[in-house]
Amino acid sequence: MTETTTLSVPVTQGDEDKYKLRMGPQHPATHGVLRVDLELDGETILDCYPQVGYLHRGFEKLAENRTYAQNLVLTDRLDYMAAMANNVGYCEAVEKLLDINVSERAKFLRVMVCEMARLTSHLLWLATHALDIGAMTVFLYAFRERETLMELFAELCGSRLTNTYTRLGGVRQDVTHEIMMKLDRFVNEFPACIAEYETLIDTNRIWLKRTVGIAPVSAEMGLDLCLTGASLRGSGVDYDVRKHMPYAAYDQLDFEVPLGETGDIYARYRIRMEEMLQSNIILRQCIEKMPPGSIVGDDAPDLIMPTIPQKKVTPDTSAHQGLIKLIDDRNVYMEGDVYVATEVPKGELGFYFVSDSKGKPYRMHIRSPSFIHIGALQTLGKGVMVADLIAIIGTLDVVLGECDR
Amino acid sequence: MESIRIAEDLEKHFPDSILEIQVHRGQFSAIVAQEFILEMCQFLKEKHKMNHLNCLTGVDNLTRKGKHFERFEVIYQLYSIEHRVGLRLKAQVKDSDNPCIDSITSLWTGADWLEREAFDLLGISFNNHPNLKRVLTPDDWEGHPLQKTYKLKGNTEWSGFTDLKEKFKQLSQFDFQNTHVQEGTQAND
Amino acid sequence: MQILIILLQIVILLAIVLLHVAYTTYFERKVIGHMQVRLGPMTVGWHGLLQPIADGIKSFFKEDIIPEQADKPLFLLAPVICLVTMLASLAVLPFAKGWVLADINIGLLFIFAMSSLASYGIILAGWASNSKYTFLGGMRSMAQVISYEIPMGMSLIGVMMLSGSLNLTEIVNSQGGSLFSIYLFPQIIGFFVFFVAMLAETNRVPFDLPEAETELVSGYITEYSGMRYAMFFMAEYIGMMVMASIGTVCFLGGWNGPFPIPFFPPFWFILKVYGFLFLFIWIRATLPRYRYDQLMELGWKLLIPLALLNIFLTGLFKAFF
Repeated sequence: MTETTTLSVPVTQGDEDKYKLRMGPQHPATHGVLRVDLELDGETILDCYPQVGYLHRGFEKLAENRTYAQNLVLTDRLDYMAAMANNVGYCEAVEKLLDINVSERAKFLRVMVCEMARLTSHLLWLATHALDIGAMTVFLYAFRERETLMELFAELCGSRLTNTYTRLGGVRQDVTHEIMMKLDRFVNEFPACIAEYETLIDTNRIWLKRTVGIAPVSAEMGLDLCLTGASLRGSGVDYDVRKHMPYAAYDQLDFEVPLGETGDIYARYRIRMEEMLQSNIILRQCIEKMPPGSIVGDDAPDLIMPTIPQKKVTPDTSAHQGLIKLIDDRNVYMEGDVYVATEVPKGELGFYFVSDSKGKPYRMHIRSPSFIHIGALQTLGKGVMVADLIAIIGTLDVVLGECDR
Repeated sequence: MESIRIAEDLEKHFPDSILEIQVHRGQFSAIVAQEFILEMCQFLKEKHKMNHLNCLTGVDNLTRKGKHFERFEVIYQLYSIEHRVGLRLKAQVKDSDNPCIDSITSLWTGADWLEREAFDLLGISFNNHPNLKRVLTPDDWEGHPLQKTYKLKGNTEWSGFTDLKEKFKQLSQFDFQNTHVQEGTQAND
Repeated sequence: MQILIILLQIVILLAIVLLHVAYTTYFERKVIGHMQVRLGPMTVGWHGLLQPIADGIKSFFKEDIIPEQADKPLFLLAPVICLVTMLASLAVLPFAKGWVLADINIGLLFIFAMSSLASYGIILAGWASNSKYTFLGGMRSMAQVISYEIPMGMSLIGVMMLSGSLNLTEIVNSQGGSLFSIYLFPQIIGFFVFFVAMLAETNRVPFDLPEAETELVSGYITEYSGMRYAMFFMAEYIGMMVMASIGTVCFLGGWNGPFPIPFFPPFWFILKVYGFLFLFIWIRATLPRYRYDQLMELGWKLLIPLALLNIFLTGLFKAFF
């Protein structure tokens, strides 16, 4: 142990007006392993440099060495708040690339799980966003409802967080009557829960002071920063992939896209609250309109997991190689590329695939909304106060698993 | 206006740069030369209101055959929110050893990080980029992981990891169970 | 002999207060738990009744980590300053008629002085830890305490004018003549200012900026562990009780109640203090946190003018009635 204790003033040499603070990667409010290098003048942020990559697992490289069916599990680990939505996004993209048809029932099931995932993600967002601003009670209220949905996920596919529910050409399991009954009960009760959250924060004077007019993003600025999802719609840009490029059964459902005007934190908060109500409406329609039939499309049975053990695999090759061979045999692959976007809770999740007519993707790029939103933090974080930066990170609704991939 | 019309209009304005117009599964893409990519994007953004940049990424075409393909290409997926129509530009980057293309950060600030990512993972440089540094991998990382020549398993550890192990050894003197620490380091080696 | 009796009184008071601190944390966790649709501590003892004892033992036996770069003497001193000043202010509080350790005639000023000194502990903790988060927390605390001392002192000037004394026992006694025998109604503006300033003074939600856990990790106590952390914790809760006691004494009539309770004169006093503590906890479960500049704005632009208005109105009242 050193004898002398030095009392060093925490400023960098030669730059004595700036107080440099490294916020993260272990910080209670950075939602994972985001690091933000700040340069402060008192409490005001002069410069803000987000640093990511602590959770980089090389999914894009991994995907090039695994078959299309195997890559599905990677997508669970992107946005782990809404793994279902990622599964759907991935499957929609691969189905477009390989031209696989999906059965009607599977389409509705996909919409259903997507919206459930949206609710879980938005509830978690509300919980943590409110906690970031200091409102503690909303956190546990939101988790109460989220728990119901997680239990439903577990009942539907055996897993709460990493679901891997969809399959190329359909979904893995059909819903049971009990699940539908439970979901129906949830859908009936949920609007009252939203009203309950709103009584806590919606007109709270301090909440308004912390959110109204903070970090406003105009429509032009939002497009310039490539924001998507609720962050862009809060600025009044009518862009929702579910409406613009309908996938699954969204074109058969009736719902509205809530739009904001001011683009500040409060507007985005309102948008997400409205979106939860809209998701509820979609879920109700799914329950009512759920068509009977198979959960798997007619022309894609070979790519579905359950049939793999039934295929003949020669004793000296592993099941893994058997799968590759199996996929190579089917001549569904063409050279070409597709970009398919889906609306996940965080924004626009896009998959860009390049195929070179083999059983594995030649290139898979994931356009993750969180990555771009954290990039935008660099612009939005300038000139605000430390407490506002926390609120901005919360309002952009980023998840680092998706950002770093 | 449909994607094909926009592609044709683009070809009219930049006749030499458009190499081919492709369609795959109903999605249109234009293979273009790299020279006027900024102007093309500006043209599409201003004239055809393609104000949303869906996606910007790169592809390494080392083991992929195609008529106009160079070693690297940069993909720009553009979308017009007003007209609900999208178009993909695939810019072929000529120099395979030192790939370099104009940055479009002047059109979309959000392209900043996407270009940094393409630089980080594929090694494509962007001219006039404000802050072209690695974003996902550490600053002193060697190689660009998404190039087809990059091996799945390397021969050596990342230098930062060896530094970390050194630091761990130094700090282990403050730990009160030295035996435990030594076991830990052996396991790591 | 006299000294021995006083020492005995001090020991009894300390024991009661520290027990109260322990069970205030339990009360807080239970109340907030039930407000947040959960149960709070349930494992240690019946409905978690022994939880504070377990926590106390845990923090007492925990390793006391001192950062290598910290300014060691100040680092060790800071929690002691906090705790001692807070405990010292207990001396002048009248719990019932005659139930006061030191019945000095500047009681109110003494309490102000002590709570100002306690902020030294916080600032020193922030400085001596030599960590960036604690430094920011300490700075915030400094600004906050200075800004809220002023409206707090001013809000009580009305009470002093009405009672004509700084002695807390005198203040309680003089409240007999006013409406419902409490100063709450003639001093309603003063009470509002006092209440808000009280929350800020004790670093409680919505003014818990010095230790805002989502912004500054844990503010000035980030680097503290074990017993030293517990000392800050105790100081905060004793501070809450002292402030609640001042509120009770100055605005709610102290130990006076609708009818006297035989054998236990401080009954009404304690009940009122518990009411204040419940308010503290209720607010913590409900409100978000202010931003630093908004806090300053509230203090300087709203509370100080209101407190001045209150003094003016009280002066007019005294002059004409």
